[in-house]
Amino acid sequence: MIAVRGATKHYGAVHAVDGVDLEVAPGELFGLIGHNGAGKSTLFKMMLGLIPATAGDIRIDGLPVTGNGFRAVRRKIGYLPENVVLYDNLTGVETLEFFARLKGVTAAECAPALERVGLSHAARRRVREYSKGMRQRLGFAQALLGRPRILFLDEPTTGLDPEAIREFYVILRGLKADGVTVILTSHILAEIQERVDRLAIMASGRIQAVGTVQALREQMDLPLWFRVHLAHEDFEHVRNVLGGLPVIAVEAREDHVAVKCRRESKMLVMQALASLGDTVLDLHVHEPSLEDVFFGFAD
Amino acid sequence: MELRQIATLAGKEFWDRIRNRWVLAVALVFTVFALVIAYFGGAQQGTVGFRSIEFTIASLVSLVIYLVPLIALVLGFDAIVGERERGSLDLLLSMPITRFELLLGKYLGLAAALAFSTVAGFGLVAIVLSAQLNLAALMHYFGFMLSSVLLGLAFLSLAVMVSVFAADRTRASGFAIALWFLFVLVFDLLLLGALVVTGGKYGGEIFPYLLLLNPADVFRILNIFSLDDVRTLYGLATVFPRALAEPWLLGLVMTAWIAAPLGVAAWRFRK
Repeated sequence: MIAVRGATKHYGAVHAVDGVDLEVAPGELFGLIGHNGAGKSTLFKMMLGLIPATAGDIRIDGLPVTGNGFRAVRRKIGYLPENVVLYDNLTGVETLEFFARLKGVTAAECAPALERVGLSHAARRRVREYSKGMRQRLGFAQALLGRPRILFLDEPTTGLDPEAIREFYVILRGLKADGVTVILTSHILAEIQERVDRLAIMASGRIQAVGTVQALREQMDLPLWFRVHLAHEDFEHVRNVLGGLPVIAVEAREDHVAVKCRRESKMLVMQALASLGDTVLDLHVHEPSLEDVFFGFAD
Repeated sequence: MELRQIATLAGKEFWDRIRNRWVLAVALVFTVFALVIAYFGGAQQGTVGFRSIEFTIASLVSLVIYLVPLIALVLGFDAIVGERERGSLDLLLSMPITRFELLLGKYLGLAAALAFSTVAGFGLVAIVLSAQLNLAALMHYFGFMLSSVLLGLAFLSLAVMVSVFAADRTRASGFAIALWFLFVLVFDLLLLGALVVTGGKYGGEIFPYLLLLNPADVFRILNIFSLDDVRTLYGLATVFPRALAEPWLLGLVMTAWIAAPLGVAAWRFRK
């Protein structure tokens, strides 16, 4: 359980993080998104206890992240920094053994961690021979050492190919099933959108919105688009059928008719379109993407 | 203090230097230079071959005073800033260790590598020369080795301080080289200049104490006063009063030169 209350970090006149409140529940898969400079990295490091807060209170399982109890907190967490460069001269297994000793974890955990991220075959090779994706996997394996209850992953899928990204989220779901809390950042919004339980959008040092993807869409009240493919060019007929309904726009496009409406009118419009019967060959509902939500909030 | 974690950090730094042959290379440099100096140091006077331990140490002191600070500064300047630049500093700091433990572990590991190569390099020479040395001479030589190690540790401490303050590696290397110029080349010149300009009227009494502000001079003084025959070879440092030249006192000053920059580094790193 992570509890952030009024977390603030000022560098002189710059308000990098400005009064952030946030709670992440045990076993939750939580995404943090925002532009560069939005303050998400600073907030991330504050939650890890790497940057002391100017004001506010940050606790993990009830313990403050800085101060005397910090070692107990650190043993609960795993961290993968953004773009981390590990030590070229060490092999994969030596790298993990080094971090295992720093965490006070037995070296017996290293081989299973490598296995979990699919690096067993390269365990005895030097990191300098690793590809970018392999380095990222090794960094992830490092974060898994000590069976952390909370994982902080900063841009964890950078450098991974689509197949590796899929495998990565399979591992995350496995961890989630074991009750591990995961906080991750990503700039690939489409990727995060389908996979996190909740997410927070950050801009100008503040959390602009937090919730499930669905809740954020509703909160933004972004219009939906229907893409209607007709059996024959009968645009006026469609317009007439939709006539009395609260639609925003009906436009004839090259090979379809586009109908724009508010979320609350969605079912009404669908029913009206269904009444057209065989005239409608196909129907797509275009929901606003997280990008739309993101830019709606962040701008 | 978590000694295990400090040992882990120190061990990594030490074994990194063993594995990349840094220790071997530095030890070889010391051995070769020391042997060349021992056998050919008197060539200008028309003699070749081992002369006396006093002359050999006097020549080695001149070598060490240039070489050891440079090696120590190069060894330590990127200890922290290097990790920061590659992005691994945050990862290390997210471990269950304090910043002081991280700094101390790094310093101790680098210090062990430096001390090991110094002792190995000059120790090999002692073994080669041992047939020609009596016990007293060996003790002198041992004192010289110990003071060389202390000199290295003092400059390593300065280097680690630089690596905490500097924003990036380039600047850190610049600061490190600047420190070398300051302590090894400029400091004595400035003191001497000030002494000449004032005609020796002012500062004559505090002058010896000013020498203590430079670890390189402390090293030089430490080695002269054990070698009566060759005091004239040492220049500036010979104005040092005998009463202050107690080895234990100078050793204490040197220890302060090791502890102080490291303390400043720890203070700054905590912020």
